[in-house]
Amino acid sequence: MARLRAGRSDAGRLRPRPGRESAMAEAARRTGLYDLHIELGAKMVPFAGWDMPVQYPMGVLKEHLHCRAAAGLFDVGHMGQVILRPRSGDVADVARALERLVPVDVAGLAEGRQRYAVFTNDSGGILDDLMVANRGDHLFLVVNAARADHDIAHLKAGLGPKVAVEPVADRGLLALQGPEAETALARLIPGVTAMRFMDVAVLPFSGGEAWVSRSGYTGEDGFEVSLPGAEQEGFARALLEMQGVAPIGLGARDSLRLEAGLCLYGHDIDETTSPVEADLAWAIQKTRRAGGARAGGFPGAARILADLVDGPARKRVGLRPEGRAPMREGTGIFAPDGQAAVGRVTSGGFGPSIEAPMSMAYVVAELAVPGTRLEGEVRGKRMGVEVVTLPFTPAKFKR
Amino acid sequence: MKYTEEHEWLRVEDDLVVVGITEHASEQLGDVVFVELPEPGTTVSKDDEIVVIESVKAASDILAPLDGEIVEVNEALTDNPGLVNEDPQGDAWFFKIKAENLSDMDEYMDEAAYKDYIG
Repeated sequence: MARLRAGRSDAGRLRPRPGRESAMAEAARRTGLYDLHIELGAKMVPFAGWDMPVQYPMGVLKEHLHCRAAAGLFDVGHMGQVILRPRSGDVADVARALERLVPVDVAGLAEGRQRYAVFTNDSGGILDDLMVANRGDHLFLVVNAARADHDIAHLKAGLGPKVAVEPVADRGLLALQGPEAETALARLIPGVTAMRFMDVAVLPFSGGEAWVSRSGYTGEDGFEVSLPGAEQEGFARALLEMQGVAPIGLGARDSLRLEAGLCLYGHDIDETTSPVEADLAWAIQKTRRAGGARAGGFPGAARILADLVDGPARKRVGLRPEGRAPMREGTGIFAPDGQAAVGRVTSGGFGPSIEAPMSMAYVVAELAVPGTRLEGEVRGKRMGVEVVTLPFTPAKFKR
Repeated sequence: MKYTEEHEWLRVEDDLVVVGITEHASEQLGDVVFVELPEPGTTVSKDDEIVVIESVKAASDILAPLDGEIVEVNEALTDNPGLVNEDPQGDAWFFKIKAENLSDMDEYMDEAAYKDYIG
């Protein structure tokens, strides 16, 4: 049991390494819910420079299943919240400026709506993925914790003097996900029942403002709620007192998003993967494609627009291993009896809801066809896998 | 009962040594979702990696604690890996080994020493 093999986190290492861990803990940032996590018995781990709950006493497997069956509360306060404000007062100016950094139709995003986007680089790779919301007189972005500093610098450099880039430092962010999320949240913020998937709204809560979006990272119906720092603990406690709401850690967040077929930055997408290879072409609206009204004009447009027409050389797919052994990140993928690798797993683990192992991988385009049988090499042994359509579990969004 | 630094427990039963992982280890691993056991009849040397355990978090190995021959494995774990979390020091034993030298067990910790070890 001495060795941790292909794990991403140190959580599975059995022999404690006090020196290193305490040094990291000292440097790690804490969200406003840190004390509550400790009170709830969370196991805390360093994540993207933050000290975050990886699991509560319920454990990853049960937390995962609970979120799909009832409602799960996640602290996602480590994620970056950023306001982009037009100095002209016209949000269209910000939208046009942001379109220089993302291959997404931002100008056409209606007030009160949110859209998935990616920052691309000059070679057509992905610098980060994010949510963009149009809140009338400004845009509101949510970016990955590990990329927040990078993204803010990138925005300041790329948007020009007409846009004020304002990191939001004094607000927490929580997600409530699952079939009972709406009922639970509506008890505290009644206005959420009128929202549809990817709507955003500013709604009153406890004398302050809740910035709510109907979205998430689990494939379930649910919400993300930004609250003033001082309000978040009371909000979380009120939800956790309700029947059906349980706290969920980063461990289950990862298995939930993987079942839902959603990318994790730094694993399934990075600076080398184009959005087309990553099967995110749906996020590139027609108006930004060749022949569209605002075609191109974002970093890496030449490669990305060509990939849209000609098809990419490799593609992100789902894989279902035939046995019970999970195929984790880094597992080589081969054609049956083939010598050279035709792909590589970028995320892999066990899906509690599908009760089976599941992986995401990049494979060469001609083999990226659902139903294709391939092999993954686990501990020196070849095991069968089938290419499948993502997600592994059907999305339950309220459209 | 004896304990290794790799968080295995060893118990002598009818001249065989039954091996599993400790409660502490199963808590650290988290929910176990896959167990790969060796073939009965396999001859092993101390520190050979002979069992693979995959939890929701990571893959780990169980090392052979002694030289000897694997004479029986707990097939129930293949069908129900979660047993490792439910009853790690009871029903969820992994294998029984016929040790070349039972006295090799003496080097391992007793319960009090193991409790000190895990703090």
